Amino acid sequence: MNTRFLTSLAAGAIFGLGLAISGMINPAKILNFLDIAGAWDPTLALVMGGALAVTIPAFRWVLKRSTPVLDGRFHVPSRKDIDLRLVSGAALFGIGWGLAGYCPGPAITALVTGLLPVLGFFAALVAGNWLASRL
Amino acid sequence: MITATEFTPISGLAGGLLIGLSATLLLWANGRIAGISGILGGLITPSRGDTGWRLAFMIGLLAGGVVYSLATGGMDVDIQVSWPWMLVGGFIVGFGTRLGSGCTSGHGVCGVGRMSQRSIVAMCTFMLTAGLTVFAVRHGFGG
Repeated sequence: MNTRFLTSLAAGAIFGLGLAISGMINPAKILNFLDIAGAWDPTLALVMGGALAVTIPAFRWVLKRSTPVLDGRFHVPSRKDIDLRLVSGAALFGIGWGLAGYCPGPAITALVTGLLPVLGFFAALVAGNWLASRL
Repeated sequence: MITATEFTPISGLAGGLLIGLSATLLLWANGRIAGISGILGGLITPSRGDTGWRLAFMIGLLAGGVVYSLATGGMDVDIQVSWPWMLVGGFIVGFGTRLGSGCTSGHGVCGVGRMSQRSIVAMCTFMLTAGLTVFAVRHGFGG
């Protein structure tokens, strides 16, 4: 097996574990974070804060390398323009996130519960992603 | 339906640090951004020689959930809306993240992590529309 697959598998597992430990796999916690006017649960801010406390310094350090360890180049977006696709896509994503309480990562990790509404959400997400790829 | 949840700062912070660590590992080793919608998108519209690491990451995401469930006895998942809204929400999330080139992880954790202006704009936008949506659903319609 390719080493790149193993590091990717490990990164995915650590990510999934992080989502589960933080409780982000529970849409109730997400919606209660977004509901500032209701019974506010600030947990998501600490999850995002904790992740950024690592990535902000660590990405600076990693991107000083000329290449990653297992690839010939960094596959990092280079665009700088703020266009309508970016803003309208982000706006739509927020609406869907606020409706159901799931963004893509937690929905995938929560698939292991076997709950049908999660499977339905994921199937619809795949369909939406595919349709937008045709635009 | 609104399920009350407790503020869990310690586990939230611990999980967040793990997510940051994961994103750093993927960038350092593979040179890839740990954006879930982007990684999944590359499997929905695959190109040759670019699917193995994506599939491995997806299997990892599931494995993380399995390990947690085995260690703690299960995951708390309280679905808050009815079936049709889960489908509508999923479709809009899939469509919007593909159109806008990222979600909470790609734009939030990784893009903001490298101070990308596009990602900062995207994150402010989706946080705002998500907050407004929840407000409309929970407090707007005669609530």
